[in-house]
Amino acid sequence: MKHTLSVLVQNEAGVLSSLSGLFSGRGYNIESLTVAPTIDNEYSRVTIVTSGDEKVIEQICKQLHRLIYTLKVAEISMENSVSRELVLLKVTAKDEDRSEILRIAEIFEAKIVDVSPKTYTLQIVGDQSKVQAVIELLRPLGIKEIVRSGLVAITKENQFMMNGK
Amino acid sequence: MAEGKCITKIEQQESTETMIGARILLECLRKEGVDEIFGYPGGVVLHIYDELYNCDYIKHYLVRHEQAAVHAAEGYARATGKVGVALTTSGPGATNAITGIANAYLDGYPIVVITGQVSVDLIGNDAFQEADIVGITRSCCKHNYLVKDVKDLPRIIKEAFHIAKTGKPGPVVIDLPKNVIVQKAKFKYPEKLELPGYNPTYNGHPRQILNALKLLYEAKRPVIISGGGVVASGANKELTEFAKYLHIPVANTLMGIGTFPADDKLSLGMLGMHGNYWANYAVSNCDVLFAVGTRFNDRITGSLKKFCSDAKVIHIDIDPCSISKNVNVDIPIVGDAKNVLTQMLAQAQKREHEINVDLKDKWFAQIDEWKQKRAMPVVNSDKIAPQTVIQKIYEYTKDIDPIVCTEVGQHQMWTAQLYKFNKPRQFITSGGLGTMGFGFPAAVGAAVAMKDKVVLNIAGDGSIQMNIQELMTCVDYNLNIKVFIINNGYLGMVRQWQEKIYNKHYSQTQISSPDYVKLAEAYGAIGIRVQKEEEIVPAIKKAIEHKGPVFVDFIVEPFEMVYPWVLAGDPINKVLLSNDVVDEP
Ligand SMILES: Cc1ncc(C[n+]2csc(CCOP(=O)(O)OP(=O)(O)O)c2C)c(N)n1
Ligand SMILES: [Mg+2]
Repeated sequence: MKHTLSVLVQNEAGVLSSLSGLFSGRGYNIESLTVAPTIDNEYSRVTIVTSGDEKVIEQICKQLHRLIYTLKVAEISMENSVSRELVLLKVTAKDEDRSEILRIAEIFEAKIVDVSPKTYTLQIVGDQSKVQAVIELLRPLGIKEIVRSGLVAITKENQFMMNGK
Repeated sequence: MAEGKCITKIEQQESTETMIGARILLECLRKEGVDEIFGYPGGVVLHIYDELYNCDYIKHYLVRHEQAAVHAAEGYARATGKVGVALTTSGPGATNAITGIANAYLDGYPIVVITGQVSVDLIGNDAFQEADIVGITRSCCKHNYLVKDVKDLPRIIKEAFHIAKTGKPGPVVIDLPKNVIVQKAKFKYPEKLELPGYNPTYNGHPRQILNALKLLYEAKRPVIISGGGVVASGANKELTEFAKYLHIPVANTLMGIGTFPADDKLSLGMLGMHGNYWANYAVSNCDVLFAVGTRFNDRITGSLKKFCSDAKVIHIDIDPCSISKNVNVDIPIVGDAKNVLTQMLAQAQKREHEINVDLKDKWFAQIDEWKQKRAMPVVNSDKIAPQTVIQKIYEYTKDIDPIVCTEVGQHQMWTAQLYKFNKPRQFITSGGLGTMGFGFPAAVGAAVAMKDKVVLNIAGDGSIQMNIQELMTCVDYNLNIKVFIINNGYLGMVRQWQEKIYNKHYSQTQISSPDYVKLAEAYGAIGIRVQKEEEIVPAIKKAIEHKGPVFVDFIVEPFEMVYPWVLAGDPINKVLLSNDVVDEP
């Protein structure tokens, strides 16, 4: 079962490695991890997608909280949040496939951000199911390269945001 | 987040004098009330040692290995409750300290370890004696810092001491580069801390406390497990009072030894792999388990599936991570043991509930019956039984109230079983990491901290050889340490497993020793050898009467086993009482 955790940390040297070290040291999975400063440069928001049963997720949250530079750990549920991932995807564009690629791009509101004689590069923004759908549709045409940002998520109410941070 | 709790503007004490980082370090230590540190010099920390040369407010103890400096700092912390401090140079000095740091981390004792580092502009270049100590220690310390600017040093020191001693205590590492050590600044010590992400919970949630009490009032077969957290929080009085008030028997973990008086009739003594038969049975058969300050290590739970499966579990711990990590808890109470027990006692004393002591009559009768089952020495030989030595050490030292350290192995378990402790901070042993070589340097730290006490190190012949160089430290400072070596010629605890589980293949566990009497003399200490039973008591007496370090080499039966014994992975009520008696429910 996948879980998305949103972690607010102080922007200090070594925070990211203590965080990722915690996952490797205790044998937890990381599916994806993104990190960037919040509106206040002193803090960063880390979004982690991980998997495990309820007990494991509870331990992960507690262990994350235990790090001195962690201010807040929250599990983000699908219903109460908006989540997005940015994907850049280079697909083989044979003459006969070009229109199909464009059609898929249109349906999923993907942008063509680079074109070469043999490839199209698409930019896709969406939640996990949308991203997965595009990948599956393009896979038979030959995906040459894919780069994913990892999921970021935001709750619908201001549940766990610090005043403005 | 809890706004405004810790976040207050840093106000600083101004000083007009400019000084180098090395001096600022010592001034900060002074502000933290540190007057004794353990360490070993080297290249990048030379300026610090230069400042120590004329320093009249900090005494530096020169050990013989950096691992020992850190264990000594921990021994100091364990004996006093204060923060112990160790200082090493960069590279090998710092890597030598790692075992010490990990040991303090697992047992949760407060130390601050200051390691030298190469200059900031050299970091990452594989410079001479460079090691990435912040990276290496990340997973074995509570927190660590690389100081990049001398202006940050006072704040970092203040934070380090605060983090080390509050919440669940632990080691904090400060990596101090050479250029920072020599960099000049005005010394200002911050008065307030700014750690918005660090707010340990001290008081228990009132509703959880009521729920817990309700369970305990109605319990017919309750048991308390008291762990190392009770030592850390200084909650032994509250725990004892609470147990007596509600009339609940108390078992303790290895780390919790001394938190409940061993001679009290409610005491079950130690539980776990080598715990008392009746303690394990009481815990296995209880209906309400009240655990205080323990992480439910596998050495006390045995098979987790079968541990207390029918009991309701109440668990107090200051570290939320310890709760429901191994054992599922019905009533978690995050908080400091002392605060929470005080709250619970106050609530119970309101007497809103009738406390019916008779409810537990049957339970105590059952425990008394279990108490008849004891382990006995198993080998019939003309050599001295190791248990006899420990028993006699206990009888002939209990009145002088010594601090008792141990190494790791059979001798450690026999000491835990046979030496009766009535108060905390008297028994110092490596539990979580199980570090052979811990006891001797820890004894050094305890002896420095408690100058008017006799400090014993009950050691194995294997373990003592891991940090034996510290004998020179003992002689230099004339530390009043008695090393009682239980010399069985083997890495006994490992041999014991080989005997039972590996077909008596004693692979690499027979271990030779130097002549400890001559060795002690070579170092300038006193050495005594004991080979006959009647020599035991005179040797102990002679050792205690001499003010200064003494080695006593007790030659004992090699093939004795530690019983009771619960094999790893078995439920804790499947107890071996001797070589051929298994007691199963
Ligand atoms: C540093 C370290 N290395 C290895 C071990 C594994 N180990 C646990 S007990 C033990 C034997 C200890 O022998 P000794 O000190 O003679 O004590 P005895 O069991 O004989 O009383 C060993 C090797 C350990 N705990 N620590
Ligand atoms: Mg031995």
